[in-house]
Amino acid sequence: MSESQIAGQGHGALLEESPYAIPSRKFTMWLFIISDSVTFGAILFAYGYLRVATPNWQRPFESASVINVVLMTFVLITSSLTMLGAVDASKAGDKPKAMRFLYSTIFLGIIFAALHIREWFQLFGRNITIGSGTFGQTFFTITGLHLLHVICGVIGLLAVSSLYSRNQLTPGHVETTGLYWHFVDLVWMFVVPLVYLTNIAH
Amino acid sequence: MDSTKISGNVIRKYLPVYFVLLGIFLVEVFLAFRDFSTSSLVLMLLFLAVCSAGLGLMYFMHLNQERRGLFLTLIPVTIFVLLMMNMFWTDAVRLLHMRPPGE
Repeated sequence: MSESQIAGQGHGALLEESPYAIPSRKFTMWLFIISDSVTFGAILFAYGYLRVATPNWQRPFESASVINVVLMTFVLITSSLTMLGAVDASKAGDKPKAMRFLYSTIFLGIIFAALHIREWFQLFGRNITIGSGTFGQTFFTITGLHLLHVICGVIGLLAVSSLYSRNQLTPGHVETTGLYWHFVDLVWMFVVPLVYLTNIAH
Repeated sequence: MDSTKISGNVIRKYLPVYFVLLGIFLVEVFLAFRDFSTSSLVLMLLFLAVCSAGLGLMYFMHLNQERRGLFLTLIPVTIFVLLMMNMFWTDAVRLLHMRPPGE
């Protein structure tokens, strides 16, 4: 490339095409998701070993807690579906529909967090806290980290929807935020069976 | 093309995946109430969780629509790291038993 072409097009033209044919922001989100999944993987592996190796592990969850978890899972998977709708509508240029789907996802995220906190308070009422033994330590660490991700996701979705409605962000940004939201859903699919369903009182 | 029509289709397109994910979850709940040993239950639930995660990755996160290179760059490496972690944790338990007396 000649110097005059560089002057006209900038140095960006000299860069190679992305090997994955996706925007850099999307690739960055994928890398974040991979690193975050390794973090959750480490915590869940540690929990799994502790759980299997401890004979008198506390099993505090009764039917009411299981119903709560079923509800939470239903809400989170449904929010993934509404997020898919938001991404698709934004790509199609249907901004009002994308906004409706985004607000639905935010609403479902808030419901999930509220149900999560309700579960925590029920455990607090039975003197199960982060300082009350191995179960409490592992349970509140894992679910707390996940809840933190949900809260960050809701804040991120609020920011993205606000900026997207004012044309300051593109459908690509909505898609990247959607990737994060689906990841939060994906982690929950491991947290529920390992942390809740193996600890049901028989 | 009518954009609203496209948006409606994507929900309908992924509804089967949504119901399969809910179905897998209900199977997990059913298994949790059966009388299995802890290690068997953990293994069964982990297998079902991996199936759900695979569906989520491929369809909700559209990894099946990206270039194969992205999948090959991200997923095998992550699985390798997680499996290596599995080795390290067992080693950590072994070290706990092998520590010198009085420590």
